[in-house]
Amino acid sequence: MLVTILDILVAGLLLGGIYALIAMGLSLQYGVARVFNVAHGEFIMIGAMVTWTFYTIVGINPLLSAVISGPVIFVIGFFLYHTLFRYLRTKSITHAAFESNSMLAAFGLLFIIQNIALIIPRWGSEIRGYTYLASPVNIGGAIFAANRLVTLLVAVVIGLAFYLFLMRTRMGKAIRAAAQDAITARLMGININLVLALCFGLGALMAGLAGVLISMCYPVHATMGLEYTIIAIIVIVLGGLGNIPGSFLGGFILGLVGSVVTYFEPGLALVAYYLIFMLLLILRPAGIIGK
Amino acid sequence: MSVSDIKTGFSYKKLIVPAVLGLILVLLATLPVYTPSYTVVLMITILMYIILTVSWALFSGPTGYVSLAPSAFFGVGMYTAAILGKELHLAGMVIAGGLFSFVLALIIGAITLRLRGIYFAMFTFGLVVLIQQILLWWEITFTHTRGRFVIPVDNTTIYYIMLAIFVTLTLTVIFIRRSKYGLALQSIGQDEEAAAHSGVNVTLVKVFTFAISALFMGAVGAIVATRWTYIDPYIAFNPTFSFFPVLMSIFGGMGQLYGPYLGAAIFAYLEELLITNFEYYYMLIFGIIMVITIVFLPSGIVGLIQRWRMMKWWKGGLAKDDANT
Repeated sequence: MLVTILDILVAGLLLGGIYALIAMGLSLQYGVARVFNVAHGEFIMIGAMVTWTFYTIVGINPLLSAVISGPVIFVIGFFLYHTLFRYLRTKSITHAAFESNSMLAAFGLLFIIQNIALIIPRWGSEIRGYTYLASPVNIGGAIFAANRLVTLLVAVVIGLAFYLFLMRTRMGKAIRAAAQDAITARLMGININLVLALCFGLGALMAGLAGVLISMCYPVHATMGLEYTIIAIIVIVLGGLGNIPGSFLGGFILGLVGSVVTYFEPGLALVAYYLIFMLLLILRPAGIIGK
Repeated sequence: MSVSDIKTGFSYKKLIVPAVLGLILVLLATLPVYTPSYTVVLMITILMYIILTVSWALFSGPTGYVSLAPSAFFGVGMYTAAILGKELHLAGMVIAGGLFSFVLALIIGAITLRLRGIYFAMFTFGLVVLIQQILLWWEITFTHTRGRFVIPVDNTTIYYIMLAIFVTLTLTVIFIRRSKYGLALQSIGQDEEAAAHSGVNVTLVKVFTFAISALFMGAVGAIVATRWTYIDPYIAFNPTFSFFPVLMSIFGGMGQLYGPYLGAAIFAYLEELLITNFEYYYMLIFGIIMVITIVFLPSGIVGLIQRWRMMKWWKGGLAKDDANT
């Protein structure tokens, strides 16, 4: 019995690590850069597919390939904001207009990135996967594959590193200021376009890294993005829209919920997610951790 | 009102639009008589997209609420056809599909009254995936199947039912656009609070219009299911059908009544050309056009047409001035 509970808890934490990472990325993009990026999952997909390609064709260690693909994805995200979303921001009259315009542009991006991935010859629409670090590890009676523990560890390290960056550095302070009020932050001498583009790029980077981790444990395919986007959206609503530490915690909460429901009825895990999501939207849109 | 109307003001111009519409209707009604069956099949697809898009724009256009629920209502219509197809007459089934969607939309509308902007979009999208997953779980656990078969119907009948839905929808759209009700709807889009203070029953107008738009989506879902003949939760509640109407309306432009018609017809035709051999390229083009439209053509093709007519009018005016001097 005790082992079962431990089993469920550890599984929830392992799942939660990935959720926390992808949600934190989306939270940065929506909470600070104000882009409701529905193409978030596509960056996860790019990270995962690139890692799979490197591992199966060239034989590069997944964690090592993250060092290469991470910066590339960051640069893509940074320039996407600097061109497309920045242009939309200056052109939109109101705040609400920018939110809906950028969401719709992100829909366009979703279709573009996903279908380019489907056209790339080696990627296609088949489900791919590889085994890496699959050796079992025993945690107090509960047995898990080593790669999933690595996943959790990396997610927590990235989360903590980012938190320190946000709280202890000058740039982190600028990001927090921009999250509170972009216009006032600009008046205080913050280069707002740089900060927002940086946030969008960092969000994409986190998605890419999450993709690397996901590819180590789960099957990957070119159309996997949307389901992770939906999970990220649920988590950021859970943690409170725009609340970055909240979304990190929210990821673990959702992971635990997922593993508890999966234990009783595997077919209902997603149903539970969506139900929580919709109830939260109606009853507590500020999130459970929110003010 | 277009620019040329202001300039000339001739009364015969007012007759042109109804005459053209009447001619189009006659042509559409007699289409199966003089065209090969391929054209009818093509028209079914085009009408499907037009009905989905126009009924989406009916609510979301004037109010500005981005609803991502279309595929929920579309799917409810499809499952109505799959479950009640044997019991009901075809027309009855289509109406039932519409009514179930109508009721669902009334409930959803009442629940989401307080949600604005992104929150409304997220909730309606959540609805689609929630129904999809519950249904999938239900089918696997209790009925031990995944999909259902729908009794097929011949294409000409499907075409005429589609046409009937299309005509009803168009009349509804025109009526709403020209009535006080439409004005109330637009005032909600501009400022909900101000609308409430001017005596508009915001709740009623919003929820009812949302339900009307769902009615048409459900009806079209029921008839499309008889053409697709096999459905499962992933086919019926496919989120893509929530995105298409949004993108097609914006591409067409919502400033004028005909915008969503134009956008849906163009994309439906493009899909027909490309989907069999170049499915991914079609979706890629779709995405690219989407981004370009949002960045450069915020008022869609309609905006482009208006700008072009404005330019022509300007040039024409200048030329006349030159002649006078």
